Amino acid sequence: MDFNDTKEEADFREEVKTWLKENASKGEKVGGRYDAIDVQEDALSRARDWQAKKAEAGYAAITWPKEFGGLGGTAIQSVIYSQEEAKYNVPTGFFEIGLGMCIPTMMAWATKEQNERFVKPALYGEEVWCQLFSEPSAGSDVAGVRTKAEKDGDDWIINGQKVWTSGAHFSDFGIIVVRTDPTVAKHKGLSFFFLDMKSEGIEIKPIRQLSGGANFNEVFFTDVRVPDSQRLGDVGQGWKVALTTLMNERLAIGVPKSADYSSLTRAAKEVDLNDQPAIKNDLVRSKIADWYIQAEGLKYTKMRTLTALSKGETPGPESSIGKIVSAPKMQDLASFAMDLQGAAGIINDSEIALLHSIFQSQWLSAAGYRIAGGTDEILRNIVAERVLGLPQDVRVDKAVPFNELPSGR
Amino acid sequence: MNFDFSEDQKMLKEQVSKFLSDNCSLDVVRDILETDKTYSEEVWRGLVDLGLTGTAIPEEYGGLGLGALELCVVAEELGRAAAPVPFSSSVYLGTEAIVKYGTDSQKEKWLPKLAVGELISTFALPETNSEPTENNIKTTFSNGKINGRKIPVADGSCADIAIVVVKNIDNDRIALAIVDLSSENVKRNQISTLDPSRDHAEIIFENSEAELMDVSDEGWGAIENILNSAAVLMAFEQIGGAEASLNMAKDYALDRYAFGRQIGSYQAIKHKLADMYVKIELARSNSYYGAMMLNDGGADLKIAAAASRVAATDAYNFAAQESIQTHGGIGFTWEADTQFFYRRSQVLGLALGSSITWKNKLVNQLEEKNIS
Repeated sequence: MDFNDTKEEADFREEVKTWLKENASKGEKVGGRYDAIDVQEDALSRARDWQAKKAEAGYAAITWPKEFGGLGGTAIQSVIYSQEEAKYNVPTGFFEIGLGMCIPTMMAWATKEQNERFVKPALYGEEVWCQLFSEPSAGSDVAGVRTKAEKDGDDWIINGQKVWTSGAHFSDFGIIVVRTDPTVAKHKGLSFFFLDMKSEGIEIKPIRQLSGGANFNEVFFTDVRVPDSQRLGDVGQGWKVALTTLMNERLAIGVPKSADYSSLTRAAKEVDLNDQPAIKNDLVRSKIADWYIQAEGLKYTKMRTLTALSKGETPGPESSIGKIVSAPKMQDLASFAMDLQGAAGIINDSEIALLHSIFQSQWLSAAGYRIAGGTDEILRNIVAERVLGLPQDVRVDKAVPFNELPSGR
Repeated sequence: MNFDFSEDQKMLKEQVSKFLSDNCSLDVVRDILETDKTYSEEVWRGLVDLGLTGTAIPEEYGGLGLGALELCVVAEELGRAAAPVPFSSSVYLGTEAIVKYGTDSQKEKWLPKLAVGELISTFALPETNSEPTENNIKTTFSNGKINGRKIPVADGSCADIAIVVVKNIDNDRIALAIVDLSSENVKRNQISTLDPSRDHAEIIFENSEAELMDVSDEGWGAIENILNSAAVLMAFEQIGGAEASLNMAKDYALDRYAFGRQIGSYQAIKHKLADMYVKIELARSNSYYGAMMLNDGGADLKIAAAASRVAATDAYNFAAQESIQTHGGIGFTWEADTQFFYRRSQVLGLALGSSITWKNKLVNQLEEKNIS
């Protein structure tokens, strides 16, 4: 057992290191899909520049086939590139959803001509893409979308509302799943399109979150016209196309680096409990140990996944446990760290609060990470069904026409 | 990146798994649990014939001279079968102690016999209801004799020799002594524990013949060292048991119908089993690192061993108890097999010291490494 690169991996890492050294800047980090409502144009433009450089060198989509502008490389090469790039402060946060979810869906379902038109500009950062799936009435049950598309000659007219759309405000194109037939069962009445986000009738409004930030949008559609040629898959086949996108989602969405056992250890050294450093307290030590085994457990689970990739094998199902563990850990650890501070735990003024209020900020945003990209509950269903082979829950909506299903407000 | 067992090690795992599924069904475990037998001699003999008792004993002493990684895969399969044999006492602890701290003559005398399973060894550490520490060991060594009482000693009635943790009166330091348990002045009483499928005894030493081992100036550090190695191996045994519990619960959840459908289709059950899976994978990943450190003699062994143990104990305790819960009333009967894992989870989880103790060791290491 070892963590070493193979000869080929080491060679690739060297090549990447050299390229990054010559091309990447170690300057200030800019951009970020979760960072701003009004994206500063210069941040986006710097991100575009960097993306173009990467694409030119073949590193923007290492695993894609060469015909689509990729490197035709392996998954482990992609990981190696990411590891090395992470050492630099390059702009990120604009193209992940497009290149991670939207374009792979295009590559699987669009025509040759369409891919020739759209893949390269996305890869080079010239065009940004977003994903329009979730709706106010369709979250975990995303096949329950109500936004409708009605045929009008060679076009479709879209009306309805999407929600939680990351990056809609700076996107040029989007992929969307809509209901084209409400008289058949839920999964059977869907169709899938790509569309121009600058189309007439699209209105984008940021959603302010309880944490104070605004990382997502509501997107309203009023008589938005989309040509039939922009349909992906057959009419009524939208769910099958959407699954292509969702399969890629777990690769695109993760939990950010957060305050972990090491920050908690530091906090426990700085604050006192019963007149001695909290780190001396056995309950505190027990909690630190619990989160240590979770953090290290995930770290080494990742090593197991990388080992499979390195051998050219498909990673085992263990890679599915990540967010089930990390999202609640963010919240629980932050909550405990605040508890250590007593009454002062409520202060989130970073000038005053312990460790610049990292725990307070984390506690606020963690509530969202337990939901985004699959709730704790949905992820457990996925493990139970796909890994352990347990049956699906009873689906009362399976054989019922969509427009006859009961609904809440 | 090669964070996995080798093909040869996986083949060994398969081989042990096959042997145990052919020869160590849960009926064998039940037989030991329900009778006065201290262990399954047939299963033990089979493991010996496969050469497993000599896995990590150097070839010059009649062993296979393999490393820790081979023992890890064997341990996992023994755990999965809840094998009623003194393997952990004799191999992870007794044999390892002699390999690490035996004098040359002690190695020559004992290791060849341990390798071929002619003798069974054990490790005698706890004495009271309190966790053993450097300061509360009361069993003494002086002039070739030891005095004191050890309880509980795993496999203490069936073992032939014991590595006893003593206080050496001559220098007032912790030391290890080898005692032939069949010698005079050694009294052994089998004791009742939560898991009668594994033998446990009280051993009383009254001027019993003993021979000091060579811990040089390590003192208590030698005990910690032995426990750290055993913790990694035990963690694999615990993971095997936890997976067996999960599989048993899963099979039952697919078979059992309530309110007109399989109970495995209810989220209350699905989420419980998913939680078992998550804990098992966290334990496995931590223990892979533990195995790597144990095999390489890496600097991180102390913290990796503690993390392996804490995670594996948590996973096994949870899986074994929630397996019974998933089974409902039938899981609580004497007739059901769930009990073997429920009992064994506590015995393995406490054998090398409690979770509280190991969590403390883990955080000691964090403090030592000044992580923050």
